[in-house]
Amino acid sequence: MLRWIVFVPVALFAILAVTFGLGLRRDPSAIPSVLIDRPVPAFVLEPVKPGVAPFRQEDLKGKVSLLNVFASWCSACRYEHPTLMALAENNTIPIYGLDWKDEPRACLDYLERSGDPFVSIGGDMSGRAAIDLGVTGAPETFVIDKAGQIRYKHVGPITEDVWRDTIAPLVARLEAET
Amino acid sequence: MVAEIGRFALILSLMIALAQSSLPLIGAYRNDRRYMAFGDTAAIAQFTFIALAFVCLTDAFLRSDFSLAVVASNSHTAKPLLYKIAGVWGNHEGSMLLWVLILAAFGATIAIFGRVIPETLRARTLAIQAMIGVGFLAFIVFTSNPFARLDPAPLQGAGLNPLLQDPGLASHPPFLYLGYVGFSTAFSFAIAALIEGRADSVWARFARPWILSAWSFLTIGIMLGSLWAYYELGWGGFWFWDPVENASLMPWLLGTALVHSALVVERRHTLVKWTVLLGILTFSMSLIGTFVVRSGVLTSVHAFAVDPERGVFILALLVIATGGGLGLYAWRAPRLGEGSGFEVFSREGTLVLNNMLIVTLTATVFLGTFYPLFIDLIGKDKISVGPPFYALTFIPLAIPVFIAMVFGPLARWRKDEKAQWPVRVGPALAGAALLAVVTAVASGGKDIVAALLVGISAWLIIGSLLVLGRRIRAGAAPWQTSLQLALTLPRGVYAVAAAHLGIGLLVLGVLGATLWKEEKVSAMGVGESVVFAGRTVKLLSIEQGEGPNYQMQRAVFTVTQGGRLSTLAPERRFYPDREMETTEAAIESSLLGNFYLATGSEVNDTQLSVRMYSHPLAIWIWIGGAVMALGGLLACWGTRTQVTAPVAKDVATGPASPATAG
Repeated sequence: MLRWIVFVPVALFAILAVTFGLGLRRDPSAIPSVLIDRPVPAFVLEPVKPGVAPFRQEDLKGKVSLLNVFASWCSACRYEHPTLMALAENNTIPIYGLDWKDEPRACLDYLERSGDPFVSIGGDMSGRAAIDLGVTGAPETFVIDKAGQIRYKHVGPITEDVWRDTIAPLVARLEAET
Repeated sequence: MVAEIGRFALILSLMIALAQSSLPLIGAYRNDRRYMAFGDTAAIAQFTFIALAFVCLTDAFLRSDFSLAVVASNSHTAKPLLYKIAGVWGNHEGSMLLWVLILAAFGATIAIFGRVIPETLRARTLAIQAMIGVGFLAFIVFTSNPFARLDPAPLQGAGLNPLLQDPGLASHPPFLYLGYVGFSTAFSFAIAALIEGRADSVWARFARPWILSAWSFLTIGIMLGSLWAYYELGWGGFWFWDPVENASLMPWLLGTALVHSALVVERRHTLVKWTVLLGILTFSMSLIGTFVVRSGVLTSVHAFAVDPERGVFILALLVIATGGGLGLYAWRAPRLGEGSGFEVFSREGTLVLNNMLIVTLTATVFLGTFYPLFIDLIGKDKISVGPPFYALTFIPLAIPVFIAMVFGPLARWRKDEKAQWPVRVGPALAGAALLAVVTAVASGGKDIVAALLVGISAWLIIGSLLVLGRRIRAGAAPWQTSLQLALTLPRGVYAVAAAHLGIGLLVLGVLGATLWKEEKVSAMGVGESVVFAGRTVKLLSIEQGEGPNYQMQRAVFTVTQGGRLSTLAPERRFYPDREMETTEAAIESSLLGNFYLATGSEVNDTQLSVRMYSHPLAIWIWIGGAVMALGGLLACWGTRTQVTAPVAKDVATGPASPATAG
């Protein structure tokens, strides 16, 4: 057997340990999206809820809203779900859903089970719209202003803290814009 | 006062562990019996004091002593007795105490039942076990003191997370910890072998019972967890590929590989270095699991007590243990030498294949679990890897394992006639093909995946019975002879058959519960009925009530199937202390399938949303798991009895026997 091969495990572990170490120290705030301050890319998505109109990017114009990328298979989405529900129940802000690479049935199941905070949901089975939006994973949330422009992207679950400290102040500022 | 005794006992056990981690090593180096024997006494003493601390904490929970911070934030006077006890480990500090208790318990069993193990090996193993103990005891004493006082003490506690108030979950952590903390013995034996510069069949024979028992407990723990998820989370899933679940699956997979490769070392004295490496890696996976659950590097629905500060401490322990272990491995493994050779078509050959496949499976799960972290670090984004990934990677890789595992126990050691192989597995192949074709035809040729999986589970089940059939010469000898042989067969043979049979049953259950499941959601009012999966389901009444520490809404249904009537009453519970709601599904279970009923929120003034599932064969998932664990326990019992006979004479001159009195 080759002499050096016994060093492979310890070398691989060293890489892993460094990764873990950085993982503990990383800043959980999002990496800015290149689309910030630009209009939402055009899309027309099949509605997930049967019998309603397709979801288009024009629907986002005219008010400050959130566009939430989620999927029924995404465990981190379950984590942020209660926050979204609370926002929807208090009518704080309209939330639009982009159901990413997901079976519509599975999605409806999930929402039936845990509640539906969304005004409208577009199903992005192919992942096409998500690519245009620069989505790399679920959950991600875009803050859209009245002109239909992306103003902020949050990566990862929206917890109460994230909402209170980051998104809510931004939304308040955007609401004040004309 | 009791709490102070507990804290003192913990500090004392840390001191003992410090001594135990050094003196026996010196003893083994100098060949000084007294120093080595100290390891045994210390292991038992360390366990005793941790057990005392554990009893003190339990006492605080039972008396609802809210002057302790952990009791105040995790217990409540109105909580039922069982959950007061379960509350001890339903939080970070208490669960760490359970962790070290089990660690020390495994050390103590080596001291007590391992008298036949050669002195130096035992001394070194116990010293390594104590080093792990030092790390985790220091973690508890310095950062996670379970006996921290609150002043002033609150009058009432905050209650245990309602999701955790369930008999399944109360017993889940102890078994899970018995499993993955139990793998510490694999680590200790492996490191001791590296220090000794020798790992041979004797070493493997002594290490295997501990590895096997840990594996069996982990199997039980994982099964209890999935059973809990099945009926408590209210939507009939039993495995979610969540990071925390994966954290327990990875040591299980590597432990499975280890159990098999250690068998090769024991019988054929080959694959020695590989087995030692697996021993280190298996426990490392347990440590990584502990790290993931408590550090918050990954998002999980199950993660509790997340705290980056603690994460740093556990990461340091992980680096010392795994990094140190693998470093020692790189230095010392070349001394362990090469084993004897074997041919590809032999039992060793099948076991090597098994090891390669299982390690690949582990790598898949590892990648799926940590991919989001890696992506995050190279500056992309936070993502979540879901079941679609595992359906595409894990399952196709598991199928070759299932195919190979029938050949293994039927093959001969070292060298085998490959022409004989098709003959030996003939009945399994025929049965599998027949059932697969029947399934395919019955579904009109549409259900090819199900047909394939039915074939595989038949292959596994018949294949495991063939192991027994071959050894008792069923059909080839008169039945009296077969019966005679069956009674005298080594337990190990039954163990293999049971463990492999369990996998077959598990596959059967999983395929039934996923591919053949039916589900329906309806809005139902009192008096309305719905036809579903051959049953008529009628909602009789909706009742409101109060439990000991919750309010509930119970819906009573009658289910009629073929003239047989039964009553099912799923509940929704609301726990005011935590403002949390839980679902208690009602499940009618039989060997053929489960009928699962859960209620959701009100649709309007008169109607409730009702979810119904039919999960054919689901119960075989857990029966399969139980049979597997039984196989593991049988094997560990089997090796133990083999150990005592031949080795006893070597030790007869040593100071082994009188010490049991202590």
